[in-house]
This record gives sequence, structure tokens and C-alpha cells, in this order.
Amino acid sequence: MTNLVLPNYPKLVGVHPDLDSPDYRGTTLRHPLRAPIDLPQRLTEVTGPLLGEGRLGAFDNDLTKQHDGEAQGQRIIVHGRVLDDGGKPLPATLIEIWQANAGGRYRHVVDNWPSPLDPNFTGLGRTLTDDAGRYQFTTVKPGAYPWRNNDNAWRPAHIHFSLFGRSFTQRLITQMYFPDDPLFFQDPIFNSVRDEKARQRLISRYDHSATIDHWALGFEFDIVLRGASSTPFESAEEDDDE
Amino acid sequence: MSERLGCTPSQTVGPYLHIVLPWSDGPFVVPDGTSGSFWVTGRVFDGNGDPVTDGLVETWQADPDGRFDHPDDPRGATKPAIPGFRGFGRCATGTDGEFAILTVKPGPLPADDGRTEAPHLDVSVFARGLLNRVVTRMYFPDDVAANDADPVLASIDDPQLRSTLIAIPNDEGGLRFDIHLQGAHETAFFEL
Repeated sequence: MTNLVLPNYPKLVGVHPDLDSPDYRGTTLRHPLRAPIDLPQRLTEVTGPLLGEGRLGAFDNDLTKQHDGEAQGQRIIVHGRVLDDGGKPLPATLIEIWQANAGGRYRHVVDNWPSPLDPNFTGLGRTLTDDAGRYQFTTVKPGAYPWRNNDNAWRPAHIHFSLFGRSFTQRLITQMYFPDDPLFFQDPIFNSVRDEKARQRLISRYDHSATIDHWALGFEFDIVLRGASSTPFESAEEDDDE
Repeated sequence: MSERLGCTPSQTVGPYLHIVLPWSDGPFVVPDGTSGSFWVTGRVFDGNGDPVTDGLVETWQADPDGRFDHPDDPRGATKPAIPGFRGFGRCATGTDGEFAILTVKPGPLPADDGRTEAPHLDVSVFARGLLNRVVTRMYFPDDVAANDADPVLASIDDPQLRSTLIAIPNDEGGLRFDIHLQGAHETAFFEL
């Protein structure tokens, strides 16, 4: 066997939340107590599922049109790019999203706070990025909702995003927030990201150029996945030139 | 080298992941009826020993020849010999914290340092209360010598901790792989 030259994804420092974040009570019994063991990135870690078109349904990228009637609420367009941290777009990567309806209610058996379900809104979306790493969803702006973490606790409006990237190492599940949400100050999930700059990267940007007159407000949300410092096509000698 | 962009932080999958993430074919790394296939089943537990009923387990693995149909495998992307082999499994946990993945045993893998990795599955666990996924590996109980020579298993000195990575044969001809997020039986988790 010749020497295997694999991509190397440098470790991220100070980006992700600590699993032990006591203000978010759900972490108490679920965060490992032992420090994680270093796992060198080998073949299983630098590869990953490349899942394509077969996973998408007809209206998976338009959450307002999945039922007989239109979904209630403020219609919005959420778009952006999926990049690695070297700025390289990630094409043909599967994005899955889910969210509450305009009143802040999820279509889910464990969500039964007194806000109505919308018969015309499921809150499920899927799409693939294009060749430039771009994606777009049409949906409605989700409402804020209460939860039982502490007294009078409300989650800021958010959309859940799940991304594969191109390797097991790049897998990411996150939440997209909206600009200037007054509920940020009291939300332990948003604030579990300790670094201010990193936290700001969870907030979408109002994008007037994506707003459509008399139709929908535009929001831009770029997602940056950790990138490889070298590609497998570069030899060890060339690494010195980077 | 140019300045790198800041990465998007992880956030918890939350309790409502079932709206989109479970797929009808999610648990099937290989199609039902594939020769040599078996179920990996297990339960996810919290620090009280209570089942985690709102989690999601994902697996990723090589095919039985130890190959990946992926451009970043320097040996070349290789179509698997098994029709419909996906390499990827996904299952939400149920009311007892249980999950199940139908798969085949992956082959051993060459490592970049000239050693050989024993057959394994990479495993991610997502759940409400986990602000980022946790990552572990599942190894096979019948690979005693290969497991002893595996560079990742060999890096773990504590035999009890090491044993959390090795599945246990069950009565149905499959394997059991329980995951303990916290506590005395805590699974060995990895930082990638």
C-alpha cells in the first residue's frame, strides 16, 4: 500500500458550544463527563455520505406549498451558500430544515402549548446546493415559543438546519436565527456559543435584494463548515508551499 | 495562506427532529434481504440511566471490501459490490431509547501510518440537550486480534472504557451497541 495522503480538517477552537452548558438544563444529564479522546482523521472520517436527488420531493424547498392551501404567516425566502472555511463552495450537498409555524407551534406530538396548528404547514424542508453551493427555501417566518427550561423562557425564532458537507467530519446540525430578535438575551441555547463573533454567525441577514415586492422578505444565511487544509491531490512536498 | 472564514457553530437538534430527519429507509445501510446483513440494535442512555427517547443515531462505514464510493478516498472512489449499499444509516431513538440499523460488516482499512484499522462504524449521536453531536465508534466482537492492533482502540489504556466501543452479539444473530452519554458506563467519545 502506498502512503495514503488524506485531507486534514484542522480542529475548530472556540466555535461550538460546550456540551456542559448548565443554563440549558437539558444538558445536565446528557453531556459526557470524560474529556473526548483524540480521533485521528482517517478514511472513515474524511469520507461521508453523498446523498442526492432521490431524497427530494416536489415541494421540499417551498414550505408554503406543501398542502392544498397556503401556509399562514409572513412569507420569507431564506437563501445562502454552503462553504468550507477556505471559502470553497460545497455543491450538491443535502440540506434538511425544520421549523415551527408562524405562531411558534411545531407539528409534533410533544408540542402542545396553546398556539394553533396551521393545517397548511408542516415545517419540513429539503434541498441540494447547486454548483456554486447555493440553496434557497421559501417558507414562513417561524414564531417564538415558550419552553420549560426556566420561568417564562422563550426560544427566539429559528429554523433548524442539518448539513452533511462531503465528509463525516463536516456533519453539522445548527439553528438559524433572525436579526435583532429581542429574545436573544435570555436564550441559553443561542448563548451557549460563548464567542460573540461565532454567535453572530448563527444570525441571518435581512437581504433586501432577495426581497420580492408584494410577495416575500429575503434573508441570507451562509453556512461555513470546517474545511480541509490540503486536498488529497497535493503531495507532501507541495504542502510546504501553502 | 489566506485567512479562513469563521465556521458556523453547532446547535442542539432539539426535541422536534422527527419532523424531517427520520427517513423511511434511514435504518437501511443495505437493502432489506441483503446477504450477510444483520441488525445493529442498541439503546441510548443519559447520566441517570434513563433512556434518551428523543435522540438520533447515525452511522457511516466502508463496504465489506474496505472501500468508499467517495472522491476523497486516495485509493479511488469504488462502487460497492452490494447493490444499494449506502454506507450511511440513520435512526431516531424510540420510547425505550432504542435504535436499529441494518448493515453488513465493513472491511478493515489501511491507515496512513502503515497500520490497519479494524472493521468499525463511525457513530454520531444527536439529541435534545446535546449542543453538538457526540462521536463514537462501534467495533466487532469477533475481531479480537484485529481490534488489539487497531490504532484507535490501542490508544485507549482503560480496558473498561475500551470495551464500550465493542458491540455484543445478541440472540437474534445481530449485535447490540448501547450508548451511555454520561456516568459510570459512559461510552468512549471522540474529538474529530
